Amino acid sequence: MSALLTVKNLRATVAGQQVVEDVSFEVPATGVTAVLGRNGVGKSSTLKGILGLYDRTGEVTFDGARIDREPTHRIVQSGIAYVPEDREVFTMLTVEENLTLAARQAQPRWDFVHALFPELAQRAKQRAGTLSGGQQQMVSLARALINDNRLLMVDEPTKGLAPKIVNEVGEALAEASTSVPILLVEQNLKVIKRLADRVVVIDAGRVVHTGPAGELLDDPDRIQRLLGVSTEAHDTREAHP
Amino acid sequence: MSTFVLLLITGLGLGALYFLIASGLSLIYGLMGVLNFAHGSFLTLAAFAGFEVGRRVGISTWTGLFLSLLVGAVVGAVFAALTELLLIRPLYKRHIEQVLVTVGLSLATVALFEGIWGPDPIFMQASGWMRQTTDILGAPIPNDRFVSIAAALLVLGGLVLFLNKTRYGLIIRAGVENRAMVTALGIDVRKAFTLVFTIGGVAAGIGGVLASHYFGYVSPLLGGSLLIFAFIVTVIGGMGSLAGAAIASVLVAVLQQFANFYLGVGDLIVVLLLAVVLLVRPQGLLGKAAA
Ligand SMILES: Nc1ncnc2c1ncn2[C@@H]1O[C@H](COP(=O)(O)OP(=O)(O)O)[C@@H](O)[C@H]1O
Ligand SMILES: [Mg+2]
Repeated sequence: MSALLTVKNLRATVAGQQVVEDVSFEVPATGVTAVLGRNGVGKSSTLKGILGLYDRTGEVTFDGARIDREPTHRIVQSGIAYVPEDREVFTMLTVEENLTLAARQAQPRWDFVHALFPELAQRAKQRAGTLSGGQQQMVSLARALINDNRLLMVDEPTKGLAPKIVNEVGEALAEASTSVPILLVEQNLKVIKRLADRVVVIDAGRVVHTGPAGELLDDPDRIQRLLGVSTEAHDTREAHP
Repeated sequence: MSTFVLLLITGLGLGALYFLIASGLSLIYGLMGVLNFAHGSFLTLAAFAGFEVGRRVGISTWTGLFLSLLVGAVVGAVFAALTELLLIRPLYKRHIEQVLVTVGLSLATVALFEGIWGPDPIFMQASGWMRQTTDILGAPIPNDRFVSIAAALLVLGGLVLFLNKTRYGLIIRAGVENRAMVTALGIDVRKAFTLVFTIGGVAAGIGGVLASHYFGYVSPLLGGSLLIFAFIVTVIGGMGSLAGAAIASVLVAVLQQFANFYLGVGDLIVVLLLAVVLLVRPQGLLGKAAA
């Protein structure tokens, strides 16, 4: 099976500093590909480089077409939805306005989004800035899911959320992954175990491991070596305060 | 009492002019992060265009007034849109260069206007209703003040409707908060850039024609002198906040009028107010705090 997204020798810079050294990996057209790595190794910057939010060089191919010279809005229009780290909802806009802004197609998937997150329908007129972290994450996910996409890129969706909400977000991603492939940056090993089919491990701006998720997750020594955590700690962030 | 009323309404009239400039400045800065030093030139060219129309159609007639306002608005819009498309857009994401290019444009256009209309103020030989006064509580108020206030209120109302009821308004409000995220939702934010410039140009154009009535003359320096106060208004109101610009326009202009009349130091008071705001609330009255 040929890859949906191919990243080859990606380098990204921001504020004159190189934040992605040399990253290459592939994302197949189905399932969840998880990107792992310690804090600050360049996972978020890799996503931003793919999207053109950071200046980048290298080759990025999406469904056979080069996208590494395209502006961000075109890349997203071509079917790559992005759920950023820290959610980045528009705090001054209502929930409904956040979603309306994101909806690009003639028939936005309001029903799907509201079925997935019923709270968002109830809170349609509420300003997003007044929502809890978990609710904001739902807005951010809903902004991506309201369109039919060909790939979701989701950056640490469970960061800073209470365990119950982490489960809900995991549930929503599992549901979404049945119809669209996901490139998921995540540090919570429980969530990764539940969702990921494959893993890409980044360290110091380079890919240091790729393979099936199970193979890595069943190998505590390897996890310890690559991520600096023991499998007893469910969340790598707990090991790195 | 009549002095108080006169100062207050004259202040409101001046505040209206400030708002017509500051609203565009604030939206442009809020969305694009560009301090537009060329904004005064939009106003000046529109004022000259309105003046030329008035000269031909009859500056003291209603037709002349409305036609000059219309032409001023169109000239401001076209000038602003071309500035964005030809000078700002090619420097996308290079904010310092963008600001420098607006500084250059403002200097060059002042020289150009001097070449065409001469360096000295041209006083307007207007008579008719705009030059007459209406008594409000015993104070004789020049009628052009009312027109300025009404125009500013119309522009404010139109902008509020536009920002809250249209898709582009939504894009602009979102972009003021987080421009990168707007592009990451698949939206070409550059179209909104051209749009805010154009809207700012319309408001400044109307302001230019009204300013020429308020001061009774047109001059190549008309825009530049108002721009300084409009910048101050924008900073006090909070960069990117339309409501902030409206409140600060009135506050600054009324304060300026009263301080000028009673103390003779209106401009100094404005600068002091700016200093106080910068010390106590650097993000401005309604601006969002820097992250
Ligand atoms: N906008 C930015 N400005 C300056 N440095 C940045 C920026 N974004 C990322 N970096 C730096 O790049 C490195 C990688 O960051 P990031 O991609 O966020 O890591 P991760 O997502 O793996 O935690 C870090 O050293 C971080 O400090
Ligand atoms: Mg990150």
